[in-house]
Amino acid sequence: MSFLSYLISGISLGSIYAIIALGYTMVYGIARMLNFAHGDIIMVGGFAIFTVVSTLGMAPLLGIVTAAAVCTILGVTIEFVAYRPLRGASSLAVLITAIGVSYLLQNLALLIFGSNARQFTSVVTMPGLKLAEGRLSISGETIVTILVCIVIMAGLTAFINKTRIGQAMLAVSEDRGAAALMGINVNRTIAITFAIGSALAAVAGALLCSTYPSLTPYTGSMPGIKAFVAAVFGGIGSIPGALLGGVILGVVENLSKAYISSQLSDAIVFSLLIVILLVRPTGILGKKINEKV
Amino acid sequence: MMKVKKNKILIQNGITYAMVIAFWAVIQILSAGGHVSSLMKGLLVPLCIYGILAVSLNLTVGILGELSLGHAGFMCVGAFTGAFITRCMEASIPSVGARFFLALVVGSAMAGVFGILIGIPVLRLKGDYLAIVTLAFGEIIKNLINVMFIGRDSRGFHFSIKDSLSLGLEEGGEVIVKGAQGITGTPRAATFTIGVLLLLLTLVIVLNLINSRTGRAIMAIRDNRIAAESIGINITKYKLMAFSISAALAGMAGVLYAHSLATLAATSANFGYNKSIMILVFVVLGGLGNIRGSVIAAIILTALPELLRGLNDYRMLIYAIVLIVMMLFNSSPKAIEMRTVFMEKVRHKKSESAAKEA
Amino acid sequence: MAMLEAKNLGISFGGLKAVDNFNMTIEKGQLYGLIGPNGAGKTTVFNLLTGVYKPDLGTIHLDGRNITGKKTIEINQAGIARTFQNIRLFKELTVLDNVKAGLHNHHPYSTIEGIFRLPRYYKVEREMNDRAMELLKVFDLDGESGCKASNLPYGKQRKLEIARALATDPKFLLLDEPAAGMNPNETAELMETIRFVREEFDMTILLIEHDMKLVSGICEKLTVLNFGQVLTQGETSEVLNDRRVITAYLGE
Repeated sequence: MSFLSYLISGISLGSIYAIIALGYTMVYGIARMLNFAHGDIIMVGGFAIFTVVSTLGMAPLLGIVTAAAVCTILGVTIEFVAYRPLRGASSLAVLITAIGVSYLLQNLALLIFGSNARQFTSVVTMPGLKLAEGRLSISGETIVTILVCIVIMAGLTAFINKTRIGQAMLAVSEDRGAAALMGINVNRTIAITFAIGSALAAVAGALLCSTYPSLTPYTGSMPGIKAFVAAVFGGIGSIPGALLGGVILGVVENLSKAYISSQLSDAIVFSLLIVILLVRPTGILGKKINEKV
Repeated sequence: MMKVKKNKILIQNGITYAMVIAFWAVIQILSAGGHVSSLMKGLLVPLCIYGILAVSLNLTVGILGELSLGHAGFMCVGAFTGAFITRCMEASIPSVGARFFLALVVGSAMAGVFGILIGIPVLRLKGDYLAIVTLAFGEIIKNLINVMFIGRDSRGFHFSIKDSLSLGLEEGGEVIVKGAQGITGTPRAATFTIGVLLLLLTLVIVLNLINSRTGRAIMAIRDNRIAAESIGINITKYKLMAFSISAALAGMAGVLYAHSLATLAATSANFGYNKSIMILVFVVLGGLGNIRGSVIAAIILTALPELLRGLNDYRMLIYAIVLIVMMLFNSSPKAIEMRTVFMEKVRHKKSESAAKEA
Repeated sequence: MAMLEAKNLGISFGGLKAVDNFNMTIEKGQLYGLIGPNGAGKTTVFNLLTGVYKPDLGTIHLDGRNITGKKTIEINQAGIARTFQNIRLFKELTVLDNVKAGLHNHHPYSTIEGIFRLPRYYKVEREMNDRAMELLKVFDLDGESGCKASNLPYGKQRKLEIARALATDPKFLLLDEPAAGMNPNETAELMETIRFVREEFDMTILLIEHDMKLVSGICEKLTVLNFGQVLTQGETSEVLNDRRVITAYLGE
């Protein structure tokens, strides 16, 4: 029974990774850059909710909406100020800038909120489930996280396949130059991608902090990196890949924490990344890209 | 023409060495007169450590052109190997200096070996993937050292990844590496002078490497891999060479670090990826590929915030902003174009005024 | 014996046959042209000959030696050097260092000798400098040896690429659109240089070119590619008067 409970909480953790990974995978697919600051946007979302709910005492739902708005504006602003001027620059330059943005967000939060961990009040009000005569209990957070992840995946897939903006995103990710020639506003499409990714990061922030209720300026960075690992694992640019990668990663992490060593769980997760990149450099569901000579 | 160019490189490198030596001399004179505060004294060895780390990372990022986010991992390997050697040899080599020297050699070599082992898989990847995998390796190294227990008794060495008890040591045995508590009792043998000597050694190795056949091959790969291959340069060999030399030098900095502390533990603050990123900040702010810049950036950015107490809270924030602004200024296509136009104008004005004078 | 013998070469990408049943024989010392409309597969042939792609089918012999499926660096060491359609210089290195990088395999000393400045470092570096300056002189680039390669004007960048290729001491030189982006004067000068290189270095040369004046001016034989297949090959004057060639270029 305990195995099942570890498995389910692993899937829940993996669902959070998957939602974060969506942000990475969409931005990577469309803007061809690793947005290292994505994880810190989760942290900003967490603090936004914390401020609205715990400090101002308003409803959790309002907190999530505020956080989504703050993160969206932040994501679009970062793209406009720091990343857009570097379009066409080397990937090394873009990645270093993204690291700078990540540093900036962490240290701003550090100045405003201090380094002490804040106790985050869960935004989930749903009670937990007790199954198998109380031997298996599943928390409300776990259930909500998994449900939210499924809804987001389905919604995003529909959005990309059914709407004009979604089609434009696909076109830009396929060939930016050709998309521009077909009259697609590439800059706007990339900005929209950042907006969606950042709003999702806010949702992920709410779920992450509800499950692990301690909030610091560094809360987002490790889950951010792991979510990127998940995105790479599933195949960068692929939405089902993000889901698959996230869930596998969450389950592996939780099971190795439970059965091997809690100190080694990160090492195991990272080893998994290394193995997959060596065996299949484009991830499970990714496409191969060749350099033209 | 040729002579001039050769001499220019010699002079440039000479300035770098002279700068480091002058820095050492000034500190020596000041401390002889009792003008060096205890705060500053505490900073002297770290300054050398960060200098070495920045110069060696610049070899990977600036010269080889691959972004490594796992430099602290190699430092960690060097630090633990070095501290382990010094502790183990207590009985057989009584001289602290000799043990420290041995630790430096073995620690660097071990980090270099790790550089090769990690480099073989990692260097097949490109760009962002390579960066994230080096980060992963750095974290793995840190985590593994955190669960490692090594003890010794009359029967020899014992190894465990659980706890000290499962080492099964007999009476009188001692635990040398204690998992998350690390290694204690390393002699604090690192002095400022040793640090400066090691920094100079690092500079000699890296600068001479760059201005040699090997360095040319490495930079050729950075500038255009396909062209480098087409003229018969072995890509894998030279990438690995740059990567492992960089790792070995980071390992050397690690040994120095281990011998400046009484207790060495693999925490996130010491050897986590944030440390790697901080070294990267030094390298970027000093200028990618600019070795002297790395030394200057490491020294200023380490010393300044510590010395100006009020600045310490804002130091990371300032690093971050400067980092972003620098990247935008140096790498954004628009800024580059604007700079070229500006330079053209200046040149034009100069030649005009020269023409007028004539 | 022929310098290059490509037999029945073929490669496909994702089901599309980029080059199919390609045969070409180039004699020692020949100046040979590979022409054809855009997308005909000319650069793919270069990439096959230099090991960037491995052929699905067929064999390549260089000076009697089978080099099919060998790696790019092995092929370079066997004696093929090339230039690229989109110039690929080592942009941050000086003009001199670009050529010295080409001399890499012919003037060796170890990394240790380089780091610790042992006597061999000075000796070999001096040899490299002398040889590189000689090569630069051939292309009239010796005055700019200290410039960053990316600061050279376009025409000179193309010449530097040829100089770098020659530094590897090849038997057989591949030039991918050497005159692209050059004005008529520069092209005329380039033709002289190519002729000179052939005489001076006793070189066999294969070039891809769209400039018909250059092609008819210096190439002795031609192969015409169309849709990945050889349309015709033979003496330059005959090939250029072939109706099928004119149709392939101009359409029906």
